[in-house]
Amino acid sequence: MALLSVENLTVAFPGRRGSVNAIEDVSLSISPGEILGMVGESGAGKSMTGAAIIGLIEPPGRIVKGGILLEGQRIDTLRPEEMRRIRGRRIGAIFQDPLTSLNPVLTVGEQLIETIQTHLRLSKAEARERAIDWLRRVGIPAPEARIDTYPHQYSGGMRQRVVIALALCAEPRLVIADEPTTALDVSVQAQIIALLRKLARETGVAVILVTHDMGVIAETADRVAVMYAGRIVEVGPVAEVLTAPRHPYTRGLMASIPRIGARPDVLPQIEGAMPRPDARPGGCAFAPRCPHRMDICGHTRPDLNGGATLSVACHLTEEVPA
Amino acid sequence: MTDTTQSRTTASTLARLLDSDIAWNFRHSWTARISSVLILILFAAALFAPMLATQNPYDISQLLLLDSELPPAWVEGGDPRYLLGTDEQARDVYSSILYGLRLSLIVGFASVALAAVVGISLGLLGGFVGGMVDGAIMRVADILLSFPAILVALLVNGIARGVLPPDRHADAAIWVLILAIGLTNWVQYARTVRGSTMVERQKEYVQAARINGVSGMGIMMNHILPNVLGPVLVIATINLGMAVLTEATLSFLGVGMPATQPSLGTLIRIGNEYLFSGIWWVVIFPSVVLVALVLAVNLLGDWLRDALNPKLR
Amino acid sequence: MRDPILTVSGLKKSFDLSQPFVTRLMKGGERRYVHAVDGVDFSIERGTTLSLVGESGCGKSTVAKLLMGLTRPTGGSIRFDGHELAGIRAGQPSVVRRRMQMIFQDPYASLNPRWRVARIIGEPMKSFATHPDPVARRKEVDRLLEFVGLSAADGEKFPHEFSGGQRQRISIARAISTKPEFLVCDEPTSALDVSVQAQILNLMRELQKELGLTYLFISHDLAVVNYISDQIGVMYLGRLVELASAERIFSTPQHPYTRLLLETVPDITMAHRDMDRPAGEVPNPITPPPGCHFNPRCPLVNDRCRAEAPAFRVHGDAQVRCHAVQEGRSDPKKLRKVG
Repeated sequence: MALLSVENLTVAFPGRRGSVNAIEDVSLSISPGEILGMVGESGAGKSMTGAAIIGLIEPPGRIVKGGILLEGQRIDTLRPEEMRRIRGRRIGAIFQDPLTSLNPVLTVGEQLIETIQTHLRLSKAEARERAIDWLRRVGIPAPEARIDTYPHQYSGGMRQRVVIALALCAEPRLVIADEPTTALDVSVQAQIIALLRKLARETGVAVILVTHDMGVIAETADRVAVMYAGRIVEVGPVAEVLTAPRHPYTRGLMASIPRIGARPDVLPQIEGAMPRPDARPGGCAFAPRCPHRMDICGHTRPDLNGGATLSVACHLTEEVPA
Repeated sequence: MTDTTQSRTTASTLARLLDSDIAWNFRHSWTARISSVLILILFAAALFAPMLATQNPYDISQLLLLDSELPPAWVEGGDPRYLLGTDEQARDVYSSILYGLRLSLIVGFASVALAAVVGISLGLLGGFVGGMVDGAIMRVADILLSFPAILVALLVNGIARGVLPPDRHADAAIWVLILAIGLTNWVQYARTVRGSTMVERQKEYVQAARINGVSGMGIMMNHILPNVLGPVLVIATINLGMAVLTEATLSFLGVGMPATQPSLGTLIRIGNEYLFSGIWWVVIFPSVVLVALVLAVNLLGDWLRDALNPKLR
Repeated sequence: MRDPILTVSGLKKSFDLSQPFVTRLMKGGERRYVHAVDGVDFSIERGTTLSLVGESGCGKSTVAKLLMGLTRPTGGSIRFDGHELAGIRAGQPSVVRRRMQMIFQDPYASLNPRWRVARIIGEPMKSFATHPDPVARRKEVDRLLEFVGLSAADGEKFPHEFSGGQRQRISIARAISTKPEFLVCDEPTSALDVSVQAQILNLMRELQKELGLTYLFISHDLAVVNYISDQIGVMYLGRLVELASAERIFSTPQHPYTRLLLETVPDITMAHRDMDRPAGEVPNPITPPPGCHFNPRCPLVNDRCRAEAPAFRVHGDAQVRCHAVQEGRSDPKKLRKVG
């Protein structure tokens, strides 16, 4: 059984010109120990999907269709206080900016110990032991000494390691990591990516990695879901999606990324821009930019379908079975 | 630019305004709509006072001493000619209120305009130039803030009275009030504008203007000023209520408008003296109008602040 | 170099971070400076692109500001086509300044939100008086809008009506409106989505070809830099540590920091490498390590590196600031083993 499954999730924001769907019909599942990458442009709905799973959709947005199941239990209909207990204990979160994720007036140790004691039945001394252990596991040198220092005494990369420790210390089954490396320098980013992989392997925690960076996905994830205009357009094993993408958007996206070692005269580019959520065309949302556009694309929205591992939402792949 | 493009631009600006979030927000807010209707009524009453009033309360020849101290028309002994009754000099309370409202609003608007112009200029200058200029402006502001506004107003008033000859006091009263209230209120504008200016100054569009040889003055007036005016509008609205109240307070204390040219505050002071002889209407009606005006203006200001702040929406 | 349009030598900029004088007097603190740019030399040949890469705090954006006169250098010289610019501030509509323009990182902050697009693009032409007549200026604005892939009707709109990529096109139209020869591009695509990034990069290359522009390109993204540059300079804590042709940097990087950067770029073709090695982080620029700034993170460090700052020397067809390279103890194989 999947650890988490999201079925036909639609999140809508009521606005002055009617309701706007931030994400539409998003379905995905993730198994223990797996790292699922969610990739897409800003506004594609990848962060909204993560926020919906941890129950942190900003009002007035709300789930209008579909559901979220964590280990078989429906969690999208839980009351806020029940959801609060699940957050931290069963689902952890890592956000982009390590500075705002940590409380500046508490020491790193106090924050870790508080989180551990909230969710696990441990004495203060045991919790402290556990906290030091976690700092060591995320690669903080001399954790016995550094546990009593404040977040501002850490560098950016070390701070993000503390955030990861904080997300994992209550031993959740699932972690949502929303752009965890975006605020970091390249050389530090690589270290954090490797750390996430190592911890997923060691603890069996499943990770949903939300990012706009295909490189990060390639280095980290096992499977990847590509989002465009609020929908998943392609999902499958990383190696397959990145080397042989099926959806014209994924293909265009992969081609347009400059690569080290190749210096073409002109980069292949996708014309135009992703439509805003309130101005999505009927039919396939990518159709206006699509080089393989057919008549059907203008009026009928393709469903996500395919084989056991790889699914694509495109009329092209429907007609020619892969 | 030709006329057609000019009118097209104006039309599109108007359409944009009607279609904006603010307009939408306005149509969906009861507070905003009720308070703005009330404000419109009061403004209209003040503007058309000479037409709406039944007598000119400043014109002594129109006063009939026989009709003094009449109660409102619906009370026993009331006279239908004097809807809200008369005071001890036989002035019609209704007409006095219209004229008083007019004076209160003139003082309010003028002092807000004075405070805004002084505050915006100094805030913009301090925030943009920084250094010593900024330091000097903000220290003056700090000092001014450590005095109660009413004290500063009394001080300005006292100086003006000392400098001007006594026979000019009545004529100068309105100008003294505007100056006194305006000078106590500019600090708020200066601080807000300075803060926003320091944020805008760092933005890349200002750097682009500098690269393109735009002068400091040009950057301040054309680039930064339009981008810092949003919060100023909110302050100005709330400040209008404050200014009207300060004017009323000063007049009530006897250092504002003279009894011959009564503002709402003066009317309340006069009425207050007769309250114990049972002539309640002379003090109650001006007070109700004052409260209604200040409340409506403040409610509108609060709404505007929320509507302009995207975080609260 | 045959025909350098811009030559920078010994360029320095330090910022005073000291407490105010009175506080220092009472609490006894010392004067503190951060050397954001600490002696940088390079030159750019006409019609080519030089990129500066490095991590946050390396000083690359300060170099851009110095060239554009947005901040004054503490030392060194900037020569543009024979004119010394180190003393000239931005905002002086000199003939030379018109020939240099800049494209900014944030397409949301670089356009005045209260101005219509036509006014934004027309501003440099007005202030440098290249098109003083409003009608002629408007005509030129329309031409520029179409040139960068927008339509003339877009001039009547406000910036918020455009997407990030379109705003960056507006920014480019403004930058080329005074017919400059030299453009400083400060991370022009890092705020854009990948599919839009390619559009802007292609547009910039097209412009370079068509208008013969020279670019100084600032970026932290090595793959982007690889696509756009002829020469690449790698910066670390205010100093250039390696300067060479783009091919050379990517095929045979010499400085250990350049190698570290190249190794750590997440790459879509190199999945699942294990890189959790103690490569460290950029130290606080206020208190940089003595000697070579990179020594605490360097696998080739020895006592000389800890004491003596290396000079920027020609080594092969590159310039490198490294004792190990200059002493010949930077065997690439050995490096990989340490890494």
